[in-house]
Amino acid sequence: MDTNLKKTNIYAIYLGAFILILPLIAFFINAFSFRWFYPQLIPKELSLQAWVRLKLIPKEGLRSLDGFIDLWLSNPAIIKALVNSVTIGVIVTIVSIIIALPAARVLGLLNFRFKKLIIFIMISPTILPPIAFVLGLNINFISWGFSGSFWGVCLVHLVPIMPYVVLTMTGIFANYNPDFEHQARTLGANKFRTFYLITLPAIAPGMVVAALFAFLVSWSQYLLTFLIGAGKIMTLPLLVFSTASSGNPALTAAISIVFIFPAIVILFFTSKFVSGDSSATSGFGKL
Amino acid sequence: MSDLKISNLFKSFPGMDRPAVNNVSLDIKTGGLIAFLGPSGCGKTTILKMITGLFPPDSGDITLNNESLLPIPTEKRGVVMVFQNYLLFPYMNVNENVGFALKMKGMDKGEIDKKVKDMLELVKLPDIGNRRPKQLSGGQQQRVALARALISKPRLLLLDEPLSNLDAHLRDEMRELIVTIQQKLNVTTVFVTHDQEEAVLLADNIALIFDGELQSFASPKEYYESPINERAARFFGGVNFLKSTIKNQEIDTEIGALNYNQKNKKDLNSNHLLTIRPENIKISKTNTFKENYFSGIVTSIIFSGTNTRYKIKIKDIILDCSVQSVGNKEISKNDQVFVHLPEDKIWGMND
Repeated sequence: MDTNLKKTNIYAIYLGAFILILPLIAFFINAFSFRWFYPQLIPKELSLQAWVRLKLIPKEGLRSLDGFIDLWLSNPAIIKALVNSVTIGVIVTIVSIIIALPAARVLGLLNFRFKKLIIFIMISPTILPPIAFVLGLNINFISWGFSGSFWGVCLVHLVPIMPYVVLTMTGIFANYNPDFEHQARTLGANKFRTFYLITLPAIAPGMVVAALFAFLVSWSQYLLTFLIGAGKIMTLPLLVFSTASSGNPALTAAISIVFIFPAIVILFFTSKFVSGDSSATSGFGKL
Repeated sequence: MSDLKISNLFKSFPGMDRPAVNNVSLDIKTGGLIAFLGPSGCGKTTILKMITGLFPPDSGDITLNNESLLPIPTEKRGVVMVFQNYLLFPYMNVNENVGFALKMKGMDKGEIDKKVKDMLELVKLPDIGNRRPKQLSGGQQQRVALARALISKPRLLLLDEPLSNLDAHLRDEMRELIVTIQQKLNVTTVFVTHDQEEAVLLADNIALIFDGELQSFASPKEYYESPINERAARFFGGVNFLKSTIKNQEIDTEIGALNYNQKNKKDLNSNHLLTIRPENIKISKTNTFKENYFSGIVTSIIFSGTNTRYKIKIKDIILDCSVQSVGNKEISKNDQVFVHLPEDKIWGMND
């Protein structure tokens, strides 16, 4: 390709990235500013006021290590929401992978009648709007006593998560050769060691990607948490929405940064598994 | 001693109209090198997998030293299989791959390293221990797979199509290596192949399997000289078949009456089939034969180096014969020739 054209392409990619990042920059400025109004191009003064009001950073004069610890241990709403979001996210990620593992193996390795129909039913939560099924689900959850409970929220989060996890892991198994396991067995490895030494390393990259999806889908769940949690289980998205509706831009920006922070961190550490070179979606097939 | 005995083995898979393995019984003596030969999909690999325990048979038994293998889990059978595509574990280096079975036995590291080194020398790859499988050629991968299989001194070694993924010149080398190692370690070995030449060159005995059924279990020589049926004969390169009947103790074929004196003469049905290998047919322009000769017309001549192949039409039947090229220049196309089928080289089959 002609070098000029190549350069233009690269600039186009930079421009695209810049357009995507632009709102984030505005967020950052907003979160650390005090009264930034329309005609001003940049805020007049920087301030941590929004963070103080969120109770993530102590008031001026108390910003020592003890001050931080005291503030966080007083368990403000944002800390409660963060803890809830993280624990729910981690629990449903682990549970979804354990449930998906056998299903994905069967779907990836075997062909059977109605396989396409089963896959369609499995991915249907991604097609249906959550409101369509959550109201019905809620009636059942109320009668089972799950409504307004932590475990009820975990359970309902599995609904939108499972399709992503099962499909990602099916992709791994579609290119996976189970003869590697057979080989290990004939060489004297029992079933447990075969799984641990042979299967797990082969599917690990794919599992990382599946876990990433699972955690992020759970992390950003608003409606399901709101309805099934019945307002008793406060997670970060719920707090983001209620803060945003209060109409303070600095506060909204600050809490939004807290909200997107884990997504950025996770992507940063796992990007090598999501790229095309990874064996995440190919098992041993590419090796 | 590890005599392998397979008795009345059956295995079906859903969606198949015939059993994948249909009533197979075999006795394999210790130290033997045995081939399971048959076209692809005939059930030979399925039998191997049942011997390793990766599939359970529907019925029948597999015993090693008079002890049934069926209740023993795969990892404790002492039966190692080398798969067709070698399956070296990609994230382990060669040393770790070869030492895998010993590690599973809980042997200590120093001892494993020493045995791995010896084993790699045996397969003539002493200096590649730290490489990854991806960095090896196909032939090297095959040797590493063999070393990995043999390191734990298995009671039985199973090879699935050991030569089919290799280039022609590597094949000869690998074939010799397999025979040498097999004799040196005296491990009973069963290998699966669809290539009759490979089976003949390697094996002491060949189990011929068609459609899940064992046709016969015999030495390579017997398949050439006295095949059990037409299909077996064709699989081993037989091309000449004559429909024939018995009338008053006389054998009458499509091309005329024949003398036939093989040991199975009394077992032949009245309608049967005679076969003779192309290299056993003699031809001549002048009639020097006393019996079992017919006259025919040469319809084609194909020179292939050492031998020349003639197609000769006798009545409506075309016989292939292969004659040493040296000293046979006088026969040309459309010549009338006399064809002799030596009595001791003809073989009769019932189907």
